[in-house]
Amino acid sequence: MTEAGGKASINPWVPSAGPRTAHHRSRSDNRPAARLSPFVPWEDPTAEPFIRIENLSKTFDGFAAVDGVSLDIFQGELFAILGGSGCGKSTLLRLLAGFETPTAGEVVIDGANMAGRPPYERPTNMMFQSYAVFPHYTVADNVAYGLRKEGLGKTEIKERVTELLELVQMQDFARRKPRQLSGGQQQRVALARALAKRPKVLLLDEPLAALDRNLRERTQFELMNIQDRLGITFIVVTHDQEEAMTLATRIAVMDAGRFVQIGTPTEIYEYPNSRFVADFFGAINLFEGRADAGDPGRIICAETGVPIHAEPTAGQALPDLLFVAVRPEKIRLSREAPAGEGVTVMHGTVEDLAYYGNHSVYRVRTDQGKLVQVSSQNAHRSAELALEWDEPIHLSWPRDCSVVLTQ
Amino acid sequence: MRRGGRSPTFLFSCLCFGFAFLYVPILVMIAYSFNDSRLVSVWTGFSLRWYGALWENEQIIDAAGLSLRIAFVSATLATALGTLAALAITRMGRFRGRTLFSGMLAAPLVMPEVITGLSLLMLFVSLEGMVGWPSGRGADTITIAHITFSMAYVAVVVQARLTAMDRALEEAAMDLGCRPMGVTFDIILPLIAPAMLSGWLLAFTLSLDDLVIASFVSGPESSTLPMVIYSKVRLGITPDVNALAAVIVAIVGIGVAVAGWLMARMARAGRLD
Repeated sequence: MTEAGGKASINPWVPSAGPRTAHHRSRSDNRPAARLSPFVPWEDPTAEPFIRIENLSKTFDGFAAVDGVSLDIFQGELFAILGGSGCGKSTLLRLLAGFETPTAGEVVIDGANMAGRPPYERPTNMMFQSYAVFPHYTVADNVAYGLRKEGLGKTEIKERVTELLELVQMQDFARRKPRQLSGGQQQRVALARALAKRPKVLLLDEPLAALDRNLRERTQFELMNIQDRLGITFIVVTHDQEEAMTLATRIAVMDAGRFVQIGTPTEIYEYPNSRFVADFFGAINLFEGRADAGDPGRIICAETGVPIHAEPTAGQALPDLLFVAVRPEKIRLSREAPAGEGVTVMHGTVEDLAYYGNHSVYRVRTDQGKLVQVSSQNAHRSAELALEWDEPIHLSWPRDCSVVLTQ
Repeated sequence: MRRGGRSPTFLFSCLCFGFAFLYVPILVMIAYSFNDSRLVSVWTGFSLRWYGALWENEQIIDAAGLSLRIAFVSATLATALGTLAALAITRMGRFRGRTLFSGMLAAPLVMPEVITGLSLLMLFVSLEGMVGWPSGRGADTITIAHITFSMAYVAVVVQARLTAMDRALEEAAMDLGCRPMGVTFDIILPLIAPAMLSGWLLAFTLSLDDLVIASFVSGPESSTLPMVIYSKVRLGITPDVNALAAVIVAIVGIGVAVAGWLMARMARAGRLD
């Protein structure tokens, strides 16, 4: 870390005027430039990845927790690694932090190979799931710990600790001990401590898992704000798909030590590449079928009795057994049979309905006996379509809402 | 709350009886230490003469000094070694012979004292024959013997604390640029200090209390306090033993109070300024 600029240098903890971190997320209302040039370095073939993970494996007693994983992450990204428990996501994070040594493969951060580097020599810092705030230190000493180990001067440490505590809004608690803090406050301390050394990469292990619902949402936005302000690359490990979708620029879905799909939240939600991903991300209706030999846009489906209109990707090899996935909110309910080119129409009866205020969820049993979930926004106070139990109804969706899954 | 027909009065008298069984003998003994009579069981009047006699009794004062010295040294060394052993078991991964090591470490807890004492005596005798050390038996051999068995107690106490400690704390320190040795001093030692203090107190008490092992490995010149009391009682109880017991009870009481205060302060250190 250079001290060249001294006090005259731009304080990195304060929002800078320059378009240093242009994000694709539309929360940068004070920065119109961000919307004009979206932050999508992964689509730029010339962009140099900031973190390169190559064929990384970690085996514990013959069990491959991480199994030959490769991934490029770009500077300023908020990357989420998502998966169920035991999928290897935490091991991957620990490999990046240096707490585990890989069985094979390598990690390169900002051009430097991390092989053989212990955690205390890596440009990464971690926010632990348990927060791991040192119980015998005050809040200020916790934040200062990494700076003391770096050998910074007393006044500089003091300045930086003050800045960081302001950043996480904990300046009034500097002299408290961790046991006097709530879980949310401890988490802020952990975050400030992890940011103190200005790491190139911040690793966050289930950052919101231990917080209650309200605090979670608030913290989520704060994390995004802080990440945006500091421009540090964040890698978040989580098991919560909602958390991953709202936080991340890109998501890697992990299962059994491998990545199943890597993409932006929209890509993963709208174009899942497998049943596993489709199922993991929210509710989805799956129909089993096979492609019509004459017309690849028609999926013959025994379960529904009617063919489903779809748009298989060009060149997508269609095996005998495939699945069509449709999100509940893509399906329209109507009393009259809708007509139109490429619209799949089914008929059924409302078996169950649940009112959630902003939207309602219906479970419709088709005439062939298949249960389909439909959700619709309650845009008006009295829904024009006040459905009742056991009411006969038409389901329909256009062909571009059908996702064809081959695995 | 009434349950199963047991009344609060019944429960309270049970409690009183239990406490009486435990503490009345000690109270009676303390009371009789102020007895003027030479006979232990006949009360003739209040006097402090046995405390004076105790102060004059060089044999007892010397033995008490020796016992305290041995207890202090052995407790300190046992705490150091026991803590190292606990660290090795909980923090050094699955090294070869770990199970054997932890088993052997705990063995003195269940070993009959007579066997420990006898085997140590044989070890010291044969060592003296082979390398000339320890020459004769005395305070040193008692100290070594006490370290060997009280170390196990310290290790168990410290190991429990280390196992309960969040490993992420140590990882966080390393993540923030601390080397493994620094982690030990910055994080581990401050957090296991209360356990080390309890271990030290336990070792100190065990050493002060020990009669059997000390009898085996002591020499003619070095009699610990329990040995002196035991031999005096065999010749018939004199009231100055009562006075000695009262003094020990007082010292132990103060010691426990101080230790409790210290530990409360350490616990608070994790909470308050």
